[in-house]
Amino acid sequence: MGIIKPLAERIIYSIIVLLVLSVIIFTISRVLPGDPARAALGPRTPEEVVQQLREEMHFNDPIYIQYYYWLRNAMHGNLGKSLSSRNNVTEDIKKFAPATVELALYGIIFMGIFGVILGVVSAKYSETWIDNLVRIIAYLGVVTPSFVFAIIFMLIFCYGLNLFPTGGRISLGIMPPPTITGLITIDALISANFSAFFDALKHLLLPSVSLSLAGMSQISRITRSAMQENASKDYILFLRSAGFPENIIMFRYLLKVSIIPTISILGLEFGALMGNAFLVETIFNWPGLSRYGMTAILQKDLNAMSAVVLVFGIGFIIANIIVDLIVNWIDPTIRLGKEILEG
Amino acid sequence: MKREEGLQINKFFKKEKVKNIKRTWYRFSRNRLSCFGLAIVLIIIFSTFLANYITPYPESAGRYVNFSEAKKPPTIKHIFGTDMYGRDVFTRVIFGFRYSLKIALSVVLMVIPVGVVLGLTAGYFQGTWIEIIIMRATDVFLSIPALILAMAICSALTPSLINSMVAISLMWWPWYCRLVYGSTISMRGESFVNAAEIIGAGKLHILFKEILPNCIPTILTKATLDLGFVILMGSSLSFVGLGAQPPIPDLGTMVADGSKYLPELWWLAVFPAFGIVIIVLGFNLLGDGIHDIFKES
Repeated sequence: MGIIKPLAERIIYSIIVLLVLSVIIFTISRVLPGDPARAALGPRTPEEVVQQLREEMHFNDPIYIQYYYWLRNAMHGNLGKSLSSRNNVTEDIKKFAPATVELALYGIIFMGIFGVILGVVSAKYSETWIDNLVRIIAYLGVVTPSFVFAIIFMLIFCYGLNLFPTGGRISLGIMPPPTITGLITIDALISANFSAFFDALKHLLLPSVSLSLAGMSQISRITRSAMQENASKDYILFLRSAGFPENIIMFRYLLKVSIIPTISILGLEFGALMGNAFLVETIFNWPGLSRYGMTAILQKDLNAMSAVVLVFGIGFIIANIIVDLIVNWIDPTIRLGKEILEG
Repeated sequence: MKREEGLQINKFFKKEKVKNIKRTWYRFSRNRLSCFGLAIVLIIIFSTFLANYITPYPESAGRYVNFSEAKKPPTIKHIFGTDMYGRDVFTRVIFGFRYSLKIALSVVLMVIPVGVVLGLTAGYFQGTWIEIIIMRATDVFLSIPALILAMAICSALTPSLINSMVAISLMWWPWYCRLVYGSTISMRGESFVNAAEIIGAGKLHILFKEILPNCIPTILTKATLDLGFVILMGSSLSFVGLGAQPPIPDLGTMVADGSKYLPELWWLAVFPAFGIVIIVLGFNLLGDGIHDIFKES
């Protein structure tokens, strides 16, 4: 009962955010100087054909009517045609999205697991050399852009040590598993194709680690400070004086409370991760949505660009709803949404 | 009160102020990491001002070609090596700091007034439609992945240094708005604000003379940290070609150009990347130091 109302509020609010986002994206994509139809078809195309494309895309109508058409089509899952390749954008997105989902998923998993481990370790050994080491790692993670990590990893592990492939999702010689979910590692596991699984994992490791390091550092700092703050609370003192084993206090009681701010931050970090995916996918030649979006942005392909930004916006909002639900599930005393928004 | 007494009191306060500054500096200097950050920032600022005199090949900063010196690995003559046109990478990194600082300062200086005014207004008119509009707009901007929208804005406008500043600023003001809003709300019920209201001070006086000075420590801390993070975002934009255009020696652009020549000409990408890390690290450590000072006092 208690969860339905805040969840409904959250979803309605998300829809409003999405509508505003769509207006912003649409405005950006339509106030471009120059003639997008002419730019798409090139200078040699006869005027009639350009005129036809303008009609087709409603470029001649006032901007709010263009928005109406765009929104109506978008609601039906039709995000228009790419101006440069003339492909259906929705089809393109369906084709490229799984690769990015897989990358982001592994990135978030690395980020969460190793961030929390580092945070717990530095809280447990606080003010020792271990804590200082973690602090230095965290500083480096925060101040280094993910594309720098990507380049340095590539230089060391791909070119220097020859341990990992420099790009793509799977090696040429290896038979890719049949497409079930679109995520190669999961498909390979389902079809029991282990050579493909390990090969895909090898391709995934460097890009997803370079994506996760920035967030990992933030999470380790937040977990550490939350654990230290909670460690001085009365109930922990009580457990300690009652003679509970240190490990049980640490994981069963302390971590469970301290992990709440960590999870809230995970949602925000997901947004940064998606932004950085645009750069990392380009470096590792990862055939995903971000690279597709990057190409669209650089070629000023309006429809593809607005579609990708919209899809990423939706992904970010959904991720944050999930985060809210998890936080709510762990700590029912939190008023859903409020804490995260004000925090 | 006699004039002499007045002067003495004045002197006393002046002494106290000096003492306070000394005490603050002592507290700051106890933290070795913050001092390290301050040193990095000062060295970088200093070197960008004197870039024309201290760099070995200042002509390398612009459109300069010297093919006989091209693609040289790091040596004593060119400590960071040279690029494909024979330009000295060390010189270009130092000049690159200049543009990074320019972006960071412009964005932060553009964003703070907007965020502060909106945050103060929303906080003071809590519970009215003014607050609802301002804070909902803030929420919307914060619920969009910033880098992606900044990239879209940059590509819609023509990519350039100025436009990347505009794009970053558009995504950055909500943080200050929310920060100031939070402090304003917490100060709204404090007795010094009530006292000012009872005396009959105007709304503007209360907002800017009573509440704002108390927000300055938090704003200053965030601004110092943000100088680093704006540089990060700016370098990401220019890395994908949406920031400063060549021949401007921008660090992000240099990393992007250099990454095309991996692994043979590794120094082209690695040293500018190292430059980004150093400058952001400097502002981060400094910001943490400033945060600690205000937290303790």
